[in-house]
Amino acid sequence: MSSLLSNFMSFSRINGDSKVAPFVVVLLVVTALASSCNLLMPEDSVFYVSTYTITLLGKYLCYAMLALAVDVIWGYCGILSLGHGAFFALGGYAMGMYLMRQIGDRGVYGNPELPDFMVFLNWSELPWFWQGMDQFWVAMLMVLLVPGLLAYLFGWLAFRSRVTGVYLSIMTQALTYALLLSFFRNEMGFGGNNGLTDFKDILGFDLQSDNTRVTLFIITALMLSGLLVLSKKIMQTRFGKVIVAIRDGESRARFIGYRTENYKVWLFVYSAMIAGIAGALYVPQVGIINPGEFSPINSIEIVIWVAVGGRGTLVGAIIGAILVNYAKTKFTAIMPDGWLFALGAMFVLVTLYLPKGLMGLVAQLKDRQLQNVNNRPNDKAEEGHA
Amino acid sequence: MSILDTTREVMRRDQVWPFLQDHSQDVDISHQVLLYVEGLNLSFDGFKALNDLNLYINDGELRCLIGANGAGKTTLMDVITGKTRCDSGTVYFGQSLNLLEKDEAEIAQLGIGRKFQKPTVFEAHTVMDNLELSLKSNKSVIPTLLATLNSEEYDRIDHVLETIGLKAERMMLAGSLSHGQKQWLEIGMLLMANPRLLLVDEPVAGMTVQEGERTAELLTSLAGERTVVVVEHDMEFVRSIARTVTVLHQGSVLAEGTMDEIQNNQDVIEVYLGEAP
Ligand SMILES: Nc1ncnc2c1ncn2[C@@H]1O[C@H](COP(=O)(O)OP(=O)(O)OP(=O)(O)O)[C@@H](O)[C@H]1O
Ligand SMILES: [Mg+2]
Repeated sequence: MSSLLSNFMSFSRINGDSKVAPFVVVLLVVTALASSCNLLMPEDSVFYVSTYTITLLGKYLCYAMLALAVDVIWGYCGILSLGHGAFFALGGYAMGMYLMRQIGDRGVYGNPELPDFMVFLNWSELPWFWQGMDQFWVAMLMVLLVPGLLAYLFGWLAFRSRVTGVYLSIMTQALTYALLLSFFRNEMGFGGNNGLTDFKDILGFDLQSDNTRVTLFIITALMLSGLLVLSKKIMQTRFGKVIVAIRDGESRARFIGYRTENYKVWLFVYSAMIAGIAGALYVPQVGIINPGEFSPINSIEIVIWVAVGGRGTLVGAIIGAILVNYAKTKFTAIMPDGWLFALGAMFVLVTLYLPKGLMGLVAQLKDRQLQNVNNRPNDKAEEGHA
Repeated sequence: MSILDTTREVMRRDQVWPFLQDHSQDVDISHQVLLYVEGLNLSFDGFKALNDLNLYINDGELRCLIGANGAGKTTLMDVITGKTRCDSGTVYFGQSLNLLEKDEAEIAQLGIGRKFQKPTVFEAHTVMDNLELSLKSNKSVIPTLLATLNSEEYDRIDHVLETIGLKAERMMLAGSLSHGQKQWLEIGMLLMANPRLLLVDEPVAGMTVQEGERTAELLTSLAGERTVVVVEHDMEFVRSIARTVTVLHQGSVLAEGTMDEIQNNQDVIEVYLGEAP
């Protein structure tokens, strides 16, 4: 058994750190189990997984996807974005607008066209940017296009003028803060500080039903797996190698002929789109999107998830996001006010003692184990029952 | 111009649209000179790093640049490769290509390769990947995303690995190489790009004597087919490879000629060889 393990380990060493495949398998198995335990088990069974848990898991997976987006840009290209919450929220708002239009005349005011908050503001017709959002495909297009376009514009301006490092991070914070302020305004037409909520159904399926919840959870898991595999593949292409080269020596990359700003812009767009998708999957599961999602602190939290998991590993970012958010759920139940301090402490500890995050720790332990195995190549017998 | 004219201009049948055109311009060396540097001036906060510098490099030659610390050798390379903008002066690659209006990537794609003073390789990549990235190829985003190595390119990488003596280390991370090996890898990266002009800044720093000799051999063998400009402090090394030597001093050319001429030049003896024999 243990020789099998060490075989596997040397295999995975030669083939690079491919933890993606095993992780996807685990993720899908857990998803399948949790889903069937929710739908098939009677409520009083010990194996029953409550719908609340399913939704919570779905939420974690959305955060994981968001962490993946940040890791792609930070871990692989060294661009520390402290504004990814903005892309997440924009994707969420696009989905929220669709869900809002799905309410139809079931709102408090019973207006078939206008969402409640517009009736309340005495608006007589839909603003132009709400047109077409009752079509699912239009909304989904917007989920990708709006964050993508904003990332393109921002990236084009910032990377072409060669803004890097702290300055870039500050700019991304400013971006999300500016959006926070504008989405708070009622005149923007996104529901002001209440945001968009009271959703009824999605594509005709009741959002409150267990089946819809489980389906959303499964879609999130599949999407996360798909994007994880895609990101890994992209990083294995020559494009991905250029991205890492830019992280480690941008001017060197320029001197061998790569227009590094273009690479950075497109990676930024890709990353923003992942964040948008995460936001779009998040909103129907939690049932609300409001300007709070734009708050700068949210974007900083994402970076901490990635740092905890280990940046530049993809899988690590996902694990980090799930673990930290699980801790957050537990922690805030006991001490709601202490969370920010705990988060800060976690960040300091990880930076000081685990610069490569949990994934780095795992790799270190594995190395040590491998060394032990190599040091005793002859006592196979001992290994057998170890 | 009216809209009609504009449309006609855009739709002309005898021309392809600019964005479809092949931008790879050829270097025109009809006068045997590959690089013209004329009247270059550059000051950093009042300090003149380059002072009316003139330099002509012939096609296929191997030129050594020497000069005391701070003479402006690296700065000159920065200007030629587009890293630093100069205050005034002209830099032409061949007869027609004005390098001052191009950026680093464009200049690299024109066929000017550079080795830095401090070896800079991509430490997180393997030796092999470092070479793959330096391969002469289409370097825009989409082609790079879809690129795979064909057998010809594999052979080319193999060949370069052989030349730089890193065949056994091909799968090692560049970060774990020794200082001398990194220097070699960087030279290998230059070779992969198949450049017309190589600018090599202090290639033997940190190398053992044998490694230095091999480097000298390699650089001499490159000249002829390519043009090589080497900056070096090590006079032994310069003597072993140089045909023509240019001495820089305080941002301008002090003397130019064969090693013997330089060594007997009164100015040079005073300011350079006198200080550091
Ligand atoms: N970015 C910069 N800002 C200010 N001063 C600079 C800058 N770059 C170079 N200098 C100055 O310009 C002068 C020329 O520097 P350069 O690096 O070209 O010298 P060098 O001939 O390559 O010397 P060395 O043999 O030490 O490499 C030096 O005095 C240096 O301090
Ligand atoms: Mg120098």
